[in-house]
Amino acid sequence: MFAYYLDLALRSFRRNRVLTALMVLALGLGIGASITTLTVLKLLSGDPLPQKSARIFAPQIDPLPADSQTPAAKLWHSWGNLMTYTDAMNLLRARRAERQAVMALADSKITPQVPGRHPFFSDGVITTSDFFTMFDAKFEYGSGWSARDDEDRAHVVVVAGFLNDKLFGGKNSVGELIRVNDHDYRIVGVLKPWAPQPRFYAVSLGGRGYGNGDAVFLPLQAALADKVNPQTVNCFDANVDINHLETAPCAWVSLWVELKDAADAGAYQTFLSNYVAQQISLGRLHYPQVALPNLMEYLAQQQVVPEDARLQTGLAFGFLLICIVNTVGLLLAKCLRRSREIGVRRALGATRRAIFAQFMIESGMVGIAGGILGLVFAELGLWAVRHQPAQYAHLAHLDLSMFVATFAIALIASLIAGLLPAWRACVVAPAPQLKDA
Amino acid sequence: MQIQPILAALRKHKIPALLIVLEIALACAVLCNAVFMIGQRVSEIHIPNAIDEAGISVIDVQGIDPKTANADIPRYLATLRQIPGVAVVAALNMMPLTNNSWNTNVATSPAGIMAKDSPNVAEYLLTKGGPEALGLRLLQGRFFNDDEYADSKLGDSYLPTGHTVVVTRSLAKRLWPGQGALGKQIWVGKSNTFTVVGVVADVLRPDENGGGAARFHWSMFSPINPHASIQTFAVRSAPQDRDRVLREGVHKLEALAPNVVVKGKTFTDIRDKYFANTRSMVWMLVLVCVVMLAVTAFGIVGLTSFWVGQRRRQIGIRRAVGATRRHILNYFQTENFLLSTAGVVIGMLLAFGINLYLMQHYQMTRMPWYYLPASAVALWVLGQLAVLGPALRAANVPPVVATRSV
Repeated sequence: MFAYYLDLALRSFRRNRVLTALMVLALGLGIGASITTLTVLKLLSGDPLPQKSARIFAPQIDPLPADSQTPAAKLWHSWGNLMTYTDAMNLLRARRAERQAVMALADSKITPQVPGRHPFFSDGVITTSDFFTMFDAKFEYGSGWSARDDEDRAHVVVVAGFLNDKLFGGKNSVGELIRVNDHDYRIVGVLKPWAPQPRFYAVSLGGRGYGNGDAVFLPLQAALADKVNPQTVNCFDANVDINHLETAPCAWVSLWVELKDAADAGAYQTFLSNYVAQQISLGRLHYPQVALPNLMEYLAQQQVVPEDARLQTGLAFGFLLICIVNTVGLLLAKCLRRSREIGVRRALGATRRAIFAQFMIESGMVGIAGGILGLVFAELGLWAVRHQPAQYAHLAHLDLSMFVATFAIALIASLIAGLLPAWRACVVAPAPQLKDA
Repeated sequence: MQIQPILAALRKHKIPALLIVLEIALACAVLCNAVFMIGQRVSEIHIPNAIDEAGISVIDVQGIDPKTANADIPRYLATLRQIPGVAVVAALNMMPLTNNSWNTNVATSPAGIMAKDSPNVAEYLLTKGGPEALGLRLLQGRFFNDDEYADSKLGDSYLPTGHTVVVTRSLAKRLWPGQGALGKQIWVGKSNTFTVVGVVADVLRPDENGGGAARFHWSMFSPINPHASIQTFAVRSAPQDRDRVLREGVHKLEALAPNVVVKGKTFTDIRDKYFANTRSMVWMLVLVCVVMLAVTAFGIVGLTSFWVGQRRRQIGIRRAVGATRRHILNYFQTENFLLSTAGVVIGMLLAFGINLYLMQHYQMTRMPWYYLPASAVALWVLGQLAVLGPALRAANVPPVVATRSV
């Protein structure tokens, strides 16, 4: 029966080539546009550390002076989890979480030791020892540095695989010296490709939100001793000594912690509140509010996903809706024109159910064809996105789930579009149609 | 033209008629909002910036040694100045639209600095010749004199030691609405003040800084001595010399200082890059609008064609009893007009609703009322164009059809 309906559908398509082409084209365009924007949106709002993001937290406190009129929530909205160096290091050294790291970004000058090659600047992170284990950065060679190295201001460095390729042709360079910011650092580890999207730890530190990942990772205290300038410094007093940022009234480092579970998070929040209360009694801090969002909550708070990406997705679905309405109309027109054929089939003994099935199969085929065309349009759309200047552009590729979603959307859309015509077809009373003939 | 018979006929085809109305309504709603967004973004891209955009080359020198910066920067400036075609050169801490910014909160009194709404302002620091190198347009007062340049150093702070400042017109208006700004004091922090000596036409800041378009022009300029943080060089030349000047400038600085990293760009490129995402959003919106209108038009063509096909006999009968071709044509055109009208009325309500929703959830302003009638007219025209083909085919139905197959 199914094969017969398929044959009937194909015949009917052949009879109305233009109308069929229009339906498939409209559906394909709608699906292509929706899948393209959905893929981009999914890429932008993805989970950067899917295996453990629920256990990664960003403690937030309010370091502003007593006469500030800015509410804590507004401050965190614009400063993210930036802290003063003093607070971040106090919390780090308390070691109350499973893992914890303090970090800032610093554009780092790298001078190749090959004569004739110019120095260049690369994205750098200055951080503490737990960074790599906490954020699941895996090593190709060597490992990270130790907490001891942090306190000793050891001049050690972890480099990204792509920098190792550039400087050492990809060989095991552990133990080699490289010159960073005009000081020698000994390589202790080379990372495997590691670039979480979005680059969540850079959001409040003034870095790009997406892209290739960082090139060098330096111990925070060693880098500070070398007078490295952090990328973002937010001060709440105009009198700042930029040579002593460690004690300045400025927020410029962020703290991330890894906790075991929800209970542990509760305990950490209490610890954080107690710390702030203690600092208030010392007169260093003035506001008791604290917050401890997890990674995904933090990304939502910081509104990492560009507004335009969400607008585009909404627009694309509006467009898809128009295409579906359009397909409903055209299918209906086609089906009404065939009431005589339906009348004959009904008179010859076809049940309503059989007519309904026939028309659903016909619209389902339009859907499948629209889906295939939609896939072509989506690939075209993503190709266009990849040629955009946005930071995330080169990451836009159709993945398996989107591939499946394309056909799901296509089939559902076309079956919805077919429902009304199919119902109209099966309620046709055979007698008047035949009489008319 | 009588509307009564058309309505009677439509009543027999409720569902196809409703589908056309729905399609036009959706298209109208999306069109209104999309065109509004396009307009907003186009004006964003063309936001004025009163510097000599066409004549400025920007050369960034990263990695200047703080210990020798005092001597290095004047040497770099002198080298750039010698390039034929260069009019003025100056060093500054940042350029507009480069996303790399120095900002500070300011106030008109020491108490105001901690206020929730104390304006956040971009703080440009310029070495001697800076106003000329940028091509700032002075509206009131003056630029800085030699003493003011000499007295203003950066030292170990983010604030210059000088006490003079030139503000943009928008900032002056925000700080002292309805008053002259010249001679007034700006507080930066609780103890530092700057005296306004000049007001210039609006210059953009390095980024919007979350403030929206209204605050995009809150910039101020102060004089500064060379310092390692002042590492951007603005080189001004005639627009036709610019590309050559930029090439030579980068080349000469690289030769002069092999230990620093030199990067050059024209300001036009900087502006293009800043608005590149916005521009691609505009194209995407335009594309969606065009394709959407095409799909809607084809939908109307398809449904009306079906209608015409179904009513061939009725048309034949009307023709046989004396209707002219024009009558038949008008019939379908009027029918489409009625459907479009219903569609755009619903569509305008829908468009208004979507705009309200976007205002609540996105940084969207209220859509000016004239977008609604404008897109209504657009869809009326589209409907009439789409219906023309099928209607002409209907008008060509010969009266003899009435006598057939009965």
